Amino acid sequence: MAACTTLDPMTIATADERAAQEFSSVVQSHRPQIFRFLLASTRDFDLAETLTQECFLKAHRNWASFRGESSAMTWLMRIAINLQKDHWRNRRIQFWRQTHTNAVDLDEASEWLPSHESSQEQRLLARERVGQVWTAVEGLSERQRTVFLLRYVEELELSEIARTTGLSEGTVKAHLSRALARVRTELGGRR
Amino acid sequence: MIWNRKAKGPAGDPVDAPTDIEALDPVLKQALGEFKASVRAWSDDAYSRPRVTRETVVRKRKIAVGWSFAAVLLAGALSGGLYQRHHQDELAARIAAQRAVEARRQADEQQRARNAQTDEEVLASVDKDLSREAPSAMEPLAQLGDEGESQ
Repeated sequence: MAACTTLDPMTIATADERAAQEFSSVVQSHRPQIFRFLLASTRDFDLAETLTQECFLKAHRNWASFRGESSAMTWLMRIAINLQKDHWRNRRIQFWRQTHTNAVDLDEASEWLPSHESSQEQRLLARERVGQVWTAVEGLSERQRTVFLLRYVEELELSEIARTTGLSEGTVKAHLSRALARVRTELGGRR
Repeated sequence: MIWNRKAKGPAGDPVDAPTDIEALDPVLKQALGEFKASVRAWSDDAYSRPRVTRETVVRKRKIAVGWSFAAVLLAGALSGGLYQRHHQDELAARIAAQRAVEARRQADEQQRARNAQTDEEVLASVDKDLSREAPSAMEPLAQLGDEGESQ
């Protein structure tokens, strides 16, 4: 029994190296997605970058306790959502602090369009629609916005969103329906 | 930290409406597709930018402002302390000078009083001596006067 519990220092070093390599590959594969979600949530490049760094720092500290019950992406997204919530809560509490934000306005956010739109008119219409969706997203509650972005930008399944946010699937569906209703209204009231 | 409250919206919310993008109406589907593509294009561009965040610059500036403010406060406190010290020294010197003047004045008065007393005594003895200078013919009477005084 004693022989089983005694670990060779070389074995520990190898295990540490393996864990570091695993974490490094997780960072490389999931960092862009976490950054994208935070950028879409905040519309603030600097804030998204800072929160992404904090997310991976926190993940690194707790990497040993990650048991792989959910996917690494779900786990990281959960950390990112909590960091974002903490950030906005701290902003609300520290109301006396400078309320400077680098968030871009909706027009600027709508300027980014995929290049496959052929004509100028099509690009203009697409830009207008993207702007309308941004307007609707801005009017959503924090939960609705998170669920909406996870579903229609990150393309997560309802069950994954439920695991990530800690909500039931029914609640996720309810939030999505309300968010979609808002987008429909913004697009012209077609239901 | 995870949201654990059930969503409770107003009655009649389309909770059972389809949320799968393929099941949505074409306009909504197109708009959501464009929105996704737009966010991804923006994110890809932002992600490839050099990572010198403004946060660092702002933090550095805040630190510099903090240090400047602390330096100003320290300088203020030091100069205030020095001024206070100088003021107290000046006050003490003034009080000491006043006390010296007062002491000198009192000494002068005492001296003057002593001098005045001495003068009076001198004058009295002079008067006495003068009054004693009687003509020789009146000497016996003067002696009788002295004897009378001594008795």
